[in-house]
Amino acid sequence: MKPRAPLPLPAIFGIPAAIALVTAAGLVTALLDDGLEDALSWAALSVPVLAAVWSWRKRER
Amino acid sequence: MTNRTIRIWTLIHKWTSLICTLFMLLLCLTGLPLIFHDEIEALTAENSLPPMPAETPLKSLDDAVASALATYPGERPLFLSFDEDRPVVNVTTGPGARPPVAQMHISAIDLRTTRILADLNDDKGFMHVMLRLHVDMFAGLPGELFLGFMGFLLVLATLSGVVLYAPFMRKLSFGTVRAGRSRRLKWLDLHNMLGIVTLMWVAVVGLTGVINTLSVPLVAYWRANELAAMIAPYQGKPIPERFASVDAAVRTAMAAAPGMHPQFVAFPGVRFSSNHHYAVWLKGATPATNRILTPALIDAETGAFTDMRSMPWYMLALRLSQPLHFGDYGGLPMKILWAVLDGLTIVILGSGLYLWIARRRTAQDRTAAGPGLRPAVGEAAE
Repeated sequence: MKPRAPLPLPAIFGIPAAIALVTAAGLVTALLDDGLEDALSWAALSVPVLAAVWSWRKRER
Repeated sequence: MTNRTIRIWTLIHKWTSLICTLFMLLLCLTGLPLIFHDEIEALTAENSLPPMPAETPLKSLDDAVASALATYPGERPLFLSFDEDRPVVNVTTGPGARPPVAQMHISAIDLRTTRILADLNDDKGFMHVMLRLHVDMFAGLPGELFLGFMGFLLVLATLSGVVLYAPFMRKLSFGTVRAGRSRRLKWLDLHNMLGIVTLMWVAVVGLTGVINTLSVPLVAYWRANELAAMIAPYQGKPIPERFASVDAAVRTAMAAAPGMHPQFVAFPGVRFSSNHHYAVWLKGATPATNRILTPALIDAETGAFTDMRSMPWYMLALRLSQPLHFGDYGGLPMKILWAVLDGLTIVILGSGLYLWIARRRTAQDRTAAGPGLRPAVGEAAE
């Protein structure tokens, strides 16, 4: 890999912060009501899992 | 970040993790079956309701309590809780007002017949062992508080891990996993990637777990303050020896709080009531409010309504910490996601342990090499 300039903090934490916010929203949503809210929380809580799967699938071999 | 700050955060991350990792592995492993305890218990349950006409009238709660006491003579009622979707109450009895849990008996009682459906006193089964290992490692309150402290260390380890994520990722894009070079590099990248994507879930489940371990002191605090204020007029009064009808007490409480339903009744003298009252714990009728409990105190001697107050913030936090820790509030798909995230946490814990051992080994191999063994630290100092 070519050496490159250090990334600024927003570039490092942008995606992780978005994943964290989506997770938090999913955790709270399901508390509020059943039905649609539950489905939204399933989608939200899938985001960290899918991010992990995506990272693993595109790993450098 | 300077080299020095990174080194301090590294030390915090290392020691908070090292101390709690083995206990966290225990909690993650025992927690896995506990996520599905409803489903697992339904497989082995023998307490299905016998079919009866839908219009069968229900017996009174007092009859249900009498039925439980007939099964455990010499005991007294402690709690009565209501099943959500069937005419069943669970009556807890014990030899005194506040016996250890091991001496309590819980009977599930069919309200149509007051027949006992099942005694829920499984204290040897697999799920019971998992629960005790998870809650207090069979060591009672000290064990519970100890695990709470371990959870606190986990939260610190998570936060310090987020801080350290920055120097590690200075030249890597999100989600990089370098699996083709050394084994150590692969697990380092996986540890960082899994740690950062599960961050919020781990923090919430960790923190709510810690709050749950504080349940005994929080309830004691609530008794000493809120409850004491509610029952101030009863100070110095003799403790009643005969109790009025619990059925009437529940009706009085429900009349005082229209739209709310009883979740459980605490009998006089137990931890969740006063010496002089039935505490009828009411919940709201909507999904958003049915986790918020409000205790109504009913004079146990006269059956008169005494007082009702909403819960202070710390009791609300305790109450909300249960679903947020258990993951049981969004159906089976949520439980499956909970299990997957729990599994990822196990990988984070295991890889962290592996990285520590691997680095110690390299450090021993290169004792003469001096400092700068951590590529990230050297890199960040550039």
